[in-house]
Amino acid sequence: MVAFIIRRVLQGMMVMVVIALIGFAIKQSFGDPVREITGISVSAEEREALREELGLNDPFMVQFGRFLYNAAHGDLGQSFFYKKPAMEVILSKAPATLELVFCSAILIVLLSVPLGIYCAIRPKQLFAKFVMGASTVGVSIPVFLTAIMLIYIFSIELHWLPSFGRGETVNIGGWQTGLLTWDGIKHLIMPTVALSSIMLPLFIRLIRSEMMEVLQNEYIKYAWAKGLPPLRVWIVHAFRNTLLPVITVGGVQLGITIAFTILTETVFSWQGMGSMFIQAVERADSSLMVAYLVVVGFIFVVVNTVVDIIYGLVNPTVRITGRK
Amino acid sequence: MQPTRSRWRRFRESFFLHDFLHDRLALTSFIVLVILLVLGLGAPFFAPSNPYDPSTYDLLNAEQPPAFMENGQAQFPLGTDAQGRDMYSTMLYGMRVSLIIGFGAVLMQAFIGIVVGLISGYFGGRLDSALMRLADVQLSFSTYMVAIFISAIFQAAFGVAMYEKIAIPLLILVIGFAEWPQYARTVRASVLAEKKKEYVEAARVIGLSKRRIMFRHILPNTLSPVFVISTIQVANAIMSEAALSFVGLGMPVTMPSLGSLINVGFEYIFSGSWWITLFPGIVLVVLVLVINLLGDWLRDYLNPKLYKG
Amino acid sequence: MQPLLEVKNLCVEFAMRSQVLRALRDVSFTIGKGERLGLVGESGAGKTLTGFSILNLISKPGYISGGSILFEGRDLAELTIEQIRDIRGNRISMIFQDPMMTLNPVLTIRTQMVETIKAHQKISDKEAEKIALDKLQRVYIPSPEKRLDQYPHELSGGMRQRIVIAISLLTNPGLIIADEPTTALDVTIQAEIMDLLLELCRDEDMGLLLITHDLAVVSEVTQKIAVMYAGRIVEMGPTRDVVDHPEHPYTRGLIAALPQSCDQGQRLLQIPGIMPSLANLPSGCSFHPRCELCQDICKREVPVLETKASGRHVACFMVK
Repeated sequence: MVAFIIRRVLQGMMVMVVIALIGFAIKQSFGDPVREITGISVSAEEREALREELGLNDPFMVQFGRFLYNAAHGDLGQSFFYKKPAMEVILSKAPATLELVFCSAILIVLLSVPLGIYCAIRPKQLFAKFVMGASTVGVSIPVFLTAIMLIYIFSIELHWLPSFGRGETVNIGGWQTGLLTWDGIKHLIMPTVALSSIMLPLFIRLIRSEMMEVLQNEYIKYAWAKGLPPLRVWIVHAFRNTLLPVITVGGVQLGITIAFTILTETVFSWQGMGSMFIQAVERADSSLMVAYLVVVGFIFVVVNTVVDIIYGLVNPTVRITGRK
Repeated sequence: MQPTRSRWRRFRESFFLHDFLHDRLALTSFIVLVILLVLGLGAPFFAPSNPYDPSTYDLLNAEQPPAFMENGQAQFPLGTDAQGRDMYSTMLYGMRVSLIIGFGAVLMQAFIGIVVGLISGYFGGRLDSALMRLADVQLSFSTYMVAIFISAIFQAAFGVAMYEKIAIPLLILVIGFAEWPQYARTVRASVLAEKKKEYVEAARVIGLSKRRIMFRHILPNTLSPVFVISTIQVANAIMSEAALSFVGLGMPVTMPSLGSLINVGFEYIFSGSWWITLFPGIVLVVLVLVINLLGDWLRDYLNPKLYKG
Repeated sequence: MQPLLEVKNLCVEFAMRSQVLRALRDVSFTIGKGERLGLVGESGAGKTLTGFSILNLISKPGYISGGSILFEGRDLAELTIEQIRDIRGNRISMIFQDPMMTLNPVLTIRTQMVETIKAHQKISDKEAEKIALDKLQRVYIPSPEKRLDQYPHELSGGMRQRIVIAISLLTNPGLIIADEPTTALDVTIQAEIMDLLLELCRDEDMGLLLITHDLAVVSEVTQKIAVMYAGRIVEMGPTRDVVDHPEHPYTRGLIAALPQSCDQGQRLLQIPGIMPSLANLPSGCSFHPRCELCQDICKREVPVLETKASGRHVACFMVK
């Protein structure tokens, strides 16, 4: 098991190096670090001197090595727009995004598990058919459209919920949280629902199809033959076996939710990493773009690695033999 | 000797057609899709005005509500957008852009994916594991993320003005490049399955070249799964394009797709002009939905266990 | 005396999209207390289905369409789902064919044993565990305490089947239905498991319905035998008699096809043709297209299982 974890972590680090390489290449091609530091009002000689001083004339690999070293120490360059280290900017925006992802992950899990299980054990029921139909429609509606419709209904027509921003936040040890005030929670509701709207149908379908497959197994029939109560057969025998594929696919999907925060945050003017990234693109703030790429890449790699390891922990076959 | 039946005849008598005609949902989806395709691709013939020509519209007509509402004008059945363009015409043209990018991107990804999948599946070994690892990593990043990054890079490289000018081919490239892993995986899986079969062995024994075996013998047998994911990929590509356009990395307002129409309309929703967003939104959802429904049907029909979820 | 299990004219149908398949037709047999009955036939004859329908475990398009299943004075075919759940795994236990697939891969042996007891008895985990340990010893599993914490994939096939047998003993059932309990195992282990099963049935005075295609196994273990063909019982009687003097042409074919019934170097005999599929059963006696005694009446009418001159139950016009 230890060997398995080490191998997964090493693989994750390899992926990170590749992402860093891509990020660095982007930065090399489009970014001008001199401009980021000095602005435009500096003569050509001074620029050249600065270039030499910053080591920008060194060979590519040397510079990449330096980039990697700095990145590993949390230094991802200077944001041209904010005039601050890019990492600092991202960290100040991260709580907003993470809270949004966290809330919608909870919403997704709370709804998809019971609905998915129900649709699997009672596929012929009208309600199950309705859920499946709704989920087909659901995956066909883009997140931003759901978000806009929510705003139109609940903010513009009904005036129930605020349409943009995070509302009142509380600072806890540098983490700006919106979860502790009623105003903050009111602001969270619509973005959370919108962000969940695309993943929820996917999860319901995933859980349903995996569960239906598991229910075909001999050991489920045996569980019935042992006279176990239905809830025990469904939850302990069937759903636990469904959990493995759901964790693998589901964990990755939750990582993908980060991608959808870009769209959700744009609609709700949510001051998180996603809308920060879009603004960075509009402002051609290449350091910040690359920093976002590296940070999000890091999050994805961590999520994937953790998912793999959890998979190993839940699945006794992997745990014993140490293979995947 | 029995007379050989024509292809058409065989198709007409097949279970495929029979099942299709007896599935009301699939049939309805198909009809709706055909109508949308005809309207969209034939936009210049069906649209009353040309949204690309500034001389045909007037800023004074901006934000007119649809004809069925109070203050609506009969000449604008679905109202006008913020620049006074007829929504109906603009949407038809927008759908055309979305469809072109959607189908173009799928051709692109299918090409990359099939080539990679074939190579990966046929040669195996290190090359295979490297390519599949790449596909895994890219998929775990989500196609949206990759598409947004690539288009952000392109925009930074070309500048906004230039980017907008060549937006259609660029978006095809971006989305094509972002979603090839789906194809590569599917093709590779079926190549591996086909490779084990005897006819490939036989072809090799006769001494046919690898390339010939691959393209003439294996490729045709991998087409049915490719066909199935193609349908769903078209829907995905259209969604990706809409998402890119919505965050301002896609089609410009002057040549809007459905996504950029929704994006533009969003600014005016607060002033009550909901139709600029809602109508393109409905068209987008219906378009994607019918393609998805057809894809589902096709998947169930061709292979119920092809892939999950 | 009332028999332990009395199956009378059991019919099972499968409602398919275009037609109704009659999978079991008028299956009747009895098992007395502590009696062992072997149900033999080719695959697809309906043996397994018979076993499953006793506990109403047939999967979806299938249903019991007629007949009764009397067990300890109750008709199992009439019980509600809750009532029959109280019988399943409690008064009647089942042993499935493949121990690799029977045990849940993500649950420990302890969980899978304890849950079975607790589904039927109100006792503490501790006590349930004690019973589990006792039964594991009963099936000669070495170091049973250690097994409780293991997962199925850590054990060999023979060991797993022993555990499945131990699970079936947990509630001291009156009847065990064993569906090809040794088919999936290595030949060397098959005999061990069969001997164990026989020993347990004798010691605990349990009834056994042994479903198998292996005549040799049946003749060692059971007292009575029922031969099935295409959803019907075609011959039933004391095992020894039936094996030594088969009367139905199908049974005769089966026994003649055994390797031990022909001389060395001689070709094995076989019944010509294959068993018909349920979707297109031949008219009259289902066996007639393969039967060498076939007459006109066999093509027209269905023979019923009746007591013949020898006291044997046979469904054939040609047997007097």
